[in-house]
Amino acid sequence: MDIAWYLVLSAFIFCIGGAGVLTRRSPLVILICLELMLNAGNLALVAFARMTGTGDGQVFALVVMIVAACEVVVGLGLIVAMYRSHLPMDVDDMSELHG
Amino acid sequence: MESVVFFVAAFMAIGGALGVVLQRNPFYSVLSLVVHLLALAALFLLLSAEFIAAAQVIVYAGAVMVLYVFVVAYVGGLEDPLMEPNPVLRIAAPLFAVALGVELSVAILGSGLKGIDSRGPHVGAGFGSPAQIGQLFLTRFLIAFEVVSLLLLIAAVGAVVLARKSAAHPQADERVPGGTV
Repeated sequence: MDIAWYLVLSAFIFCIGGAGVLTRRSPLVILICLELMLNAGNLALVAFARMTGTGDGQVFALVVMIVAACEVVVGLGLIVAMYRSHLPMDVDDMSELHG
Repeated sequence: MESVVFFVAAFMAIGGALGVVLQRNPFYSVLSLVVHLLALAALFLLLSAEFIAAAQVIVYAGAVMVLYVFVVAYVGGLEDPLMEPNPVLRIAAPLFAVALGVELSVAILGSGLKGIDSRGPHVGAGFGSPAQIGQLFLTRFLIAFEVVSLLLLIAAVGAVVLARKSAAHPQADERVPGGTV
């Protein structure tokens, strides 16, 4: 398959993840949709690595994977802390900082 | 044969992604994400990135998803309203996503990148192997490697600090005035 197919697929996955981040309101699901977007970026990086024939893109993809793991650890820790202090599990209700 | 595998994996990846966004129960969202990640691992194999595919299955579909399932089970499978209550955002968000998808596709297909309409150059058997990735990490990308290890350490310490909050404040399970998290 041509590299362009992989890139278009990664663009579609990125957009599905973006739509999820915009429409869903549970912080847990928003984190999962962020995972989707990061994975779409990973697919594009690996496709570009195949296109250039060098391993650099794969190294970038691994770094993205590690950053995503860090994000998950801290994000899930925050969600558990929110749950413990009985805060609403809704990003629209958590507007004390008026963000 | 390769295109059959590609289309099956691509449909599974898009189906999994749609499942993540469209399921009301976060538990089913996590399970859809596992399907999506496994399909992506198959695509990585097609792109001859064996090490990334293995890391994807072990690290992502294994470890990270277990963490998600634990947190969903802890927080409880809260049924989440699927649609945004704000009527403007309800229409604008899917429109934005479709417009972004069209724009990205046009940008990719019209980019005129050399080799985008090919299957990539011929690569040897060592392409994407742990040996090649490790060599790149320890030579050209040594600084990135060190910074990433530092980031992992910071994230681990941060997770510990967030988790021991209740030990420091035994009343943290009560409603905290002002919601200091």
